[in-house]
Amino acid sequence: MVALRFLRALSLVRCSGPGARSPSYRARGIRRAAYACMAASAGPRRAWSRALLRKIRRRPGRGLRRPRAVIRRRRPVGGGDPLEVALRRLVPGGGCMEYCRLLEEAADYVKCLAMQVRLMQTIVDSASHVNSID
Amino acid sequence: MSARRSRSRQAGAGRITDEQIDDLMSKLQAILPEARLGRNDRVSAAKVLQEACSYIRSLHREMDDLSERLSELLSTTEMSSAQAAVVRSLLM
Repeated sequence: MVALRFLRALSLVRCSGPGARSPSYRARGIRRAAYACMAASAGPRRAWSRALLRKIRRRPGRGLRRPRAVIRRRRPVGGGDPLEVALRRLVPGGGCMEYCRLLEEAADYVKCLAMQVRLMQTIVDSASHVNSID
Repeated sequence: MSARRSRSRQAGAGRITDEQIDDLMSKLQAILPEARLGRNDRVSAAKVLQEACSYIRSLHREMDDLSERLSELLSTTEMSSAQAAVVRSLLM
């Protein structure tokens, strides 16, 4: 369940003490955790979730950077319609897939994104409520 | 129209029909909030793509904003009690 996965990730964020970082660093970590939980819950059957997890795990500064020409296995589809190009950029992994697949992946990605946003809004609302009644 | 036909020709594995693309477009349209597209059944493919891009961008912005707010809340809240309250409300 994506909610429990995300809550567990949040509980690992260090807020104070020796390991604590700046709020903006924490915010980036939370955002990364949100996308990672979303992708992990969608599972490997979706190209967008696989692409997102690859991108998250390939964090800068970790290990050697391989040249991009080696990593890229498939050629990105040539642009024609600027709206299609824009959608390919927004959907993770959308650069190389054929058009039908892009539409399918976009629909699933939008659904999961909206769910993740609703989950985070619920957490923020509940945490704010808990804050106010203390 | 011609752009759609050229996409069918470019398709990798097998011919993709306009009907299949129409079907996928309507599925994508169904996911988008009604406020963006109105209650019309016949919305152009270009409009669907445009609204999909705009909606994804706004969701990304909301994720950024909510991450910031969660980061602030984590520093001010006793997270374990907030977590317990949220878990209870989500599971019920």
